[in-house]
Amino acid sequence: MRDSAKLAVLFAASLVCVLLFIFYDAGSDLSFILPERGAKVAAMVLTGVAVAYSSVIFQTITFNRILTPSVMGFDAVYLFLQTVALFFFGGGGFMMVNEVFNFTVSAASLMLFTFFLYRLVFVRKGNVFFLMLVGVVMWTLFRSLTVFMQMLIDPNEYAIVQDTMFASFNNVRADLIGVSAVIIALVALFCVPMLRKLDVMLLGREHAVNLGISYDVLVKKSLIIITLLVAIPTALVGQMTFLGIIVSNLAYETMKTYKHAYVITCASLFSIIAIAGGQFILERVFYFNITISVIINFAGGIYFIYLLTRESKR
Amino acid sequence: MMRTENISKFYDEKAVVEGVSVDIPKGKITSFIGSNGAGKSTLLSVMSRLIKQSGGKVYLEGTPVTDIEDSELAKRVSILKQSSHINIRLTVRELVSFGRFPYSGGRLTQEDEDIVSRAIGYMDLMESENNYIDTLSGGQRQRAFIAMIIAQDTDYVLLDEPLNNLDMKHSVQIMKTLRRLTDELGKTVVLVIHDINFASCYSDYIAALKDGKLAGFGTVEQMIESGILKDIFGMDFDVREMNGSRICLYYT
Repeated sequence: MRDSAKLAVLFAASLVCVLLFIFYDAGSDLSFILPERGAKVAAMVLTGVAVAYSSVIFQTITFNRILTPSVMGFDAVYLFLQTVALFFFGGGGFMMVNEVFNFTVSAASLMLFTFFLYRLVFVRKGNVFFLMLVGVVMWTLFRSLTVFMQMLIDPNEYAIVQDTMFASFNNVRADLIGVSAVIIALVALFCVPMLRKLDVMLLGREHAVNLGISYDVLVKKSLIIITLLVAIPTALVGQMTFLGIIVSNLAYETMKTYKHAYVITCASLFSIIAIAGGQFILERVFYFNITISVIINFAGGIYFIYLLTRESKR
Repeated sequence: MMRTENISKFYDEKAVVEGVSVDIPKGKITSFIGSNGAGKSTLLSVMSRLIKQSGGKVYLEGTPVTDIEDSELAKRVSILKQSSHINIRLTVRELVSFGRFPYSGGRLTQEDEDIVSRAIGYMDLMESENNYIDTLSGGQRQRAFIAMIIAQDTDYVLLDEPLNNLDMKHSVQIMKTLRRLTDELGKTVVLVIHDINFASCYSDYIAALKDGKLAGFGTVEQMIESGILKDIFGMDFDVREMNGSRICLYYT
C-alpha cells in the first residue's frame, strides 16, 4: 500500500473513532450531550496531535527513537509550577481559578526553563546528549521538590494536583481548548518549512551540517516548539508518558518514507485513534471506570520494553 | 583557494592541532598524511565547520568561512567523514538525493534527478540504486556516500579516509574518480589518507602533519622522499620510481 493510501485509511479510522465517541448512545437530545462530548473530543484531538508532533521532532533532534520530551523534565517542571501555585495561593487562588492565566504563566515559565537549559548547557557544550543528561537531573530535582510540597499541603488541595499528574479526559479544562488550538495551528504553520530540514537531520549531525543545516539554530527552534507542544496536553488533560513513543514508532513502522510531513501526520492519526478509540471502548463498551492513560501507559510500557530488546539485538 | 591560518584546536589543555597554516591549491588533489592522532581529521573537520576551532581562521577564496551562510557554504564545500552510521532506512537513490538538498531544499527538480543519476553512475551503483543501504556491503555503502558528495556538486570536496573498507579494485576506482573530478570538472579535492602509495600516485600536493603541527607541504615529488617521510612517520622508507610514480616500500 502506498503511504498516502495508508494515511487515508488511518484518517478514516480516526474519524470513525471520533464520531463514535460523540454520537454513540447520544440519546435524542443532542444539545445536552454535544457540548460536553465535543469538548472532550477536541481535547483528545489536540492532545493527540501535540504529543505526536513533539515526540517525533524530539526524537529527530536527539537521534533516538525511544525518547520522549518528558526525559527533559518539561512535564515535571509543569507539575512543579502547579504545586507551587497551590502551595502559596491555595485551591481558591487566582492561579487555580483562572485556567487561561495559569496556562499562560506555566507555558511562559516552561519556555524560560528551556531557554536557560539551552543557553547554559547546549551553547557551551554544543551537545544534545549533555543537554538531555542535565534535563534528566532537572526532572529528578523538580519531581522531588514537587513531592515534598505535596506532602505539606492540605489533602483536598492535593487532589487538585493529582488531576494534572495523570491524564484524564473526564475533567478536561475546557477553557483552554481555544488557546491550545490556536497554539497548535501556529506551531504547525511555523514548522512546515522546518520539516524538510528535519528530514536531513535524520542523517546525523555531520551530514546535516555538510548539507548546509544550521544545526544549533534548528535545535533551538525545535526545542521551543517542543516546549510549547508539551505544555498543551499537560495542561489540558494531564501527562501522557508513553503515548509519544508508541505512536512515533508505529508511524515509522507504517510509513515507508522517512519524511517528517508523512511521519508526523501518521503519528498524529495514530494517537487520535489510540485516545478516542480507546476511551470509547473503555467508557461505552466495557463501562470501565478507569482513564485511558492508564491503559496507554501499560501498553506503552510493554511496547517500550519490546523496542529496547529489539534495538539491543541490532 | 582554501586557506587555513594558524588553526588550533584544544581539547581541555591538550592541543590536537596547533598553529597550522596551509594553502590548498585550487583544482588539485591535496592529501593529508601523518600518523594516527597527528590531527589530520581534526584539521579537515575544522576546515569544513564540523568542529569549531579554538583559534585561527579558515578562508574560502579570501572570505572567512564564518562570514558565509551555512546553506551557501554547502554549495561550495562538502565533507564526508569516516564512519557513517545512519538511523533510518534509505535506498541508495534516496541517500544520493540528499546531496541536492542545498540546491533544492528537498524538492527535487528534473535537473536534480539527472545529477543524482549521473552521480550514481559515476560510482557504479546503478544496479543497487533501489537497495536499502543497510543491506549493502561496506564498500558499496562507502561508494553510495561518495556519490552523495558528488551529487552535492561543490567546488571543494573534503574526504576523510575515503578508502576505508574498500578493496583494491574499488580503491583504485575511487581515486580515479577523484582524479576525473579534478581534471575534468576542476574540483578541488582534499583527502585524509593512510595509504602512502595511493597518496603518492594520485595526489598533486601532500601536506604532512605530525603531533598537530604542519610538518611539511609540497608537491608529491618534493614530499615523497625517504628523508622527509622518515621525519614524519619515524620509520624507514625505500622510495622507488616505477612507471612514472613514486612507490614507497616499507612493509619489511
